[in-house]
Amino acid sequence: MNFISDPITFIANWLGNLLLSWGLSQTFVTVILKFIGAGLVGTFGFALVIFTIWLERKLYGRIQDRLGPNRVGPWGIFQTFPDMIKIFTKEYITPVGADKVVYNLAPILSVSAVLLTWAVIPFAPTIVGTEVNVGVLYLVAVGAIGALGIILAGWSSNNKYSLLGAFRAVAQVVSYEVPMVLALLVPVLLGRSMGVNSLVNAQSVWFIVLSPIAALIFFTSSMAETGRAPFDLLEAESELVAGYQTEYSGLKFGMFYVGEFLHAFTISALTATIFFGGWRGPWTEQVPILGVAWFFIKTFIVYFVVVLIRISMPRLRIDQMLNFNWKFLTPLALVLLVLTAVLDKAFYLVLPSLNLLEAAIPWVRAGMHLLLNLFIVIITVQLLKSYKIKSVQVVAKPKPIAVAPEPPASVIS
Amino acid sequence: MTPEQIIFLIVAVVTLVAGVSVVTSRNLIHSALWLILALFGVAVFYVLLEAGFFAVIQVIVYIGAIAILFIFASMLTRRVMQDTGHQSNKNWWLGALIAFGLLVGITLVLVNWQGFTSLAPVLANQSERLSQLGLALVSPDLYVLPFELASVLLVAAMIGAIFVAGEKKQ
Repeated sequence: MNFISDPITFIANWLGNLLLSWGLSQTFVTVILKFIGAGLVGTFGFALVIFTIWLERKLYGRIQDRLGPNRVGPWGIFQTFPDMIKIFTKEYITPVGADKVVYNLAPILSVSAVLLTWAVIPFAPTIVGTEVNVGVLYLVAVGAIGALGIILAGWSSNNKYSLLGAFRAVAQVVSYEVPMVLALLVPVLLGRSMGVNSLVNAQSVWFIVLSPIAALIFFTSSMAETGRAPFDLLEAESELVAGYQTEYSGLKFGMFYVGEFLHAFTISALTATIFFGGWRGPWTEQVPILGVAWFFIKTFIVYFVVVLIRISMPRLRIDQMLNFNWKFLTPLALVLLVLTAVLDKAFYLVLPSLNLLEAAIPWVRAGMHLLLNLFIVIITVQLLKSYKIKSVQVVAKPKPIAVAPEPPASVIS
Repeated sequence: MTPEQIIFLIVAVVTLVAGVSVVTSRNLIHSALWLILALFGVAVFYVLLEAGFFAVIQVIVYIGAIAILFIFASMLTRRVMQDTGHQSNKNWWLGALIAFGLLVGITLVLVNWQGFTSLAPVLANQSERLSQLGLALVSPDLYVLPFELASVLLVAAMIGAIFVAGEKKQ
């Protein structure tokens, strides 16, 4: 282990040994190192948002045939810093009749829920905040705290639009948790673990190949969890002013804003980790720090898709949003989960009699799962087609097209 | 003192204060928030006992589902922002008596318990415990019957809820 190939572990070891040599006990050193690590990961998350806000505004501008931010720094890359200063100096406005404690608590909860997610994301084989053996469940639990922040913000503002936004948020965030959890169970089944880093270790073939449907369901439902377009009903400008964050100003609004952008980046990181192999890539065995590069390349590719979807999709109606969740995503995820479990079990029962090469086993397994997924897609498309035909009802006979009357015989001759 | 003991003491104080505030707070939403803090404290206790799975489940089930349901239900009550009404009714002495009896009972049971002074045993094989729990839930000579009974109960509750909430077709 040296500084070049694995700097973070190197520094952590060096600092730990230094503190030990000062006469601190091992447990205290561990606690101090964990605190420093938590602070670093949190700061890193915020620093990342400064960049992603610029990136997203730039992309947004280009798609709409504008330049986007272009004044501060090259290509406007430092635009976020003036915005930050502006937001710091703004006045805090608390509406009359607002519940002050809850009103101030909500933005904090909302940001911290997103930042907590970063504790379990592995950046490289050796750079993991905490390797929790129930990491996937932890992600779900943290998401629940985010929902709490939105509800409290909407309720405590003492504003009917905020409250309506909060009601919609409950309907959306809590319902989309169901298919998200079901879709997350598929990688857990395939990787035989609930730890996020062990899931990455298990992806000798990426899980997007094994189960593209699960990846799609997870991606869609976590898009809905972020509350961005096309799922931005909770802050629909044309109906609810700004939804749950209507009354917030200054830094408190800034926290919701940062939380939203960070959440979008976080779901890309999660999708990249759980379905695209995370830090896996060539030469990560020799040089662990290279894993960070692979991780961020994959994350930014997914993030690009997230931004493209946000820019190009119109907002859903609330009934469409709920129907899509409960009548399409949830049954699909349930069927996929059951069939994947059965297929995987059957594969390992049949495996000893197949005489496969050791190296070929993951690929054969991936092929089987991919076939299963294709089969499910075909069945789903057929079902959707038949449902659509049934739902189109013929109400009346088609009216005859107006035809000009025959001209009198005198005109013809 | 080890860091774990310090964390335990801090979290214990926070949990107890939150628990008392749940019943003394005059605002329903504040009560629900204090309840969330108390439940979160319990989740931290699970972490200190090296039961990460239960800690996470505690957060998902109690904070993610039940507390949000509480808040949602109290949002729908009228005049939730106003602090009106008495906090106790005329049966308060009965409740106090039962609580006191419970306290005496628990103290009598726990006064001779050895667990306060003995250290927690070091658990071997950390990663296997989760799968052991899973196997225990479905093994016929352990917990499969209670587990299935709970499932039947939940399915019945779910069907009932769907029937009650469902559209009445004329």
